[in-house]
Amino acid sequence: MTLCATTSQTVGPFFSIGMDRLNCAELAGPGVAGERVTIEGRVLDADGVGVPDAIIELWQANSHGKYAHPEDVQDKPVEAGFQGYGRIPTDEDGKFRFTTIKPGAVPGPDGKLHAPHIAVSVFMRGLLRRVVTRIYFPDEPGNAGDFALGLVEAGRRGTLIARRVPGVEGLMRWDVIMQGPGETVFFDC
Amino acid sequence: MSRLPGYRRALAGTQPEYLHPTYVSSRKRAPAQPLVYLPHTLSEITGPVFAPETVNVKACDLTRQHAGEPLGERIIVSGRVMDEDGKPVRKTLVEVWQANAAGRYRHKVDQHQAPLDPNFSGHGYAMTDGEGRYRFITVRPGEYPWGNHHNAWRPAHIHFSVFGPAFATRLVTQMYFPGDPLLPFDPIYNCTADEAARQRLISFFDWESTIPGHALGYKFDIILNGREATPMEK
Repeated sequence: MTLCATTSQTVGPFFSIGMDRLNCAELAGPGVAGERVTIEGRVLDADGVGVPDAIIELWQANSHGKYAHPEDVQDKPVEAGFQGYGRIPTDEDGKFRFTTIKPGAVPGPDGKLHAPHIAVSVFMRGLLRRVVTRIYFPDEPGNAGDFALGLVEAGRRGTLIARRVPGVEGLMRWDVIMQGPGETVFFDC
Repeated sequence: MSRLPGYRRALAGTQPEYLHPTYVSSRKRAPAQPLVYLPHTLSEITGPVFAPETVNVKACDLTRQHAGEPLGERIIVSGRVMDEDGKPVRKTLVEVWQANAAGRYRHKVDQHQAPLDPNFSGHGYAMTDGEGRYRFITVRPGEYPWGNHHNAWRPAHIHFSVFGPAFATRLVTQMYFPGDPLLPFDPIYNCTADEAARQRLISFFDWESTIPGHALGYKFDIILNGREATPMEK
């Protein structure tokens, strides 16, 4: 190693100028296989106030559990119309909402399958480097033995698992609590 | 699953802590709980790949997005995106945004009493070439006041967003200019403990990329996390 990775700096309040062009809240094009889910939530600060200048980025496998990336060498299909990338800025109340397909299970480092999950980065004014977290899915048998959930103390795992919104097919709720009671688990990634 | 190495973690002090009390808006947004160490898995060593068609080749010239040329000092900002071993990060997306020459962003939240420039939007993007190089043509952004503390002014800067090859390499940062008198007073620039790491956020004036009679050149290399030599699986 000869060089040192560049220091992170905040996105600041004006990131939409440079980042809007790649916003993407509909991750799956028409005809992409898989169970359609809509996930909505809020980014909240230590006072429970919505963060109006945050931006969330998503990265996920397709419904076969295949990432559209050259280092995923699994013998599974990539799909046209599904890149696995999302980017959603919060609104004035800190709300965000996106629609995707539920990812398939992907290989974990322990030789077992990772439960379906979405990798998440969150950027905002006031945050000097991104926070990294994950969204898991409710009622998923694989969650119990999942590698990454297993790294988290049991009482905090729930912050990584979306909740079904009763009465609305495919709608789930998942909040990002930056600080304080119910603080979301963030990973050193 | 073949054994794939993860990415290296930051050296101590070279990345900011979340809570930096002199940067006031970090106080209620910084996580209070310790981070949970996540060994890299396939989910972190992969990441979004953008097709070359994503990029309009003209988007790297911020001075040609309107009918006329923007006011201010025209500059060339160029450099290489590399990993910690000096290997080029090829075909990766670089996004930039900045204030205009008067220190005003084209954004509804920016109420600074400085003029907008009808010929400057302040955004650009580019894909690195086969050697990891990028190049933007823009105007030097102005310094501007902000509400962090009494008489707070941000040094001139350009925001950079870079994806790199993996989820683990995602970076958002800011590039500064050499000799800016505001740097010692800026809580965002100073949020990183390691002085050398801070100073690497300052671009260099560069004769080689300076275009005679046209624009000064500034060089800013971006280094992304390097690859672990050993496999991530034990």
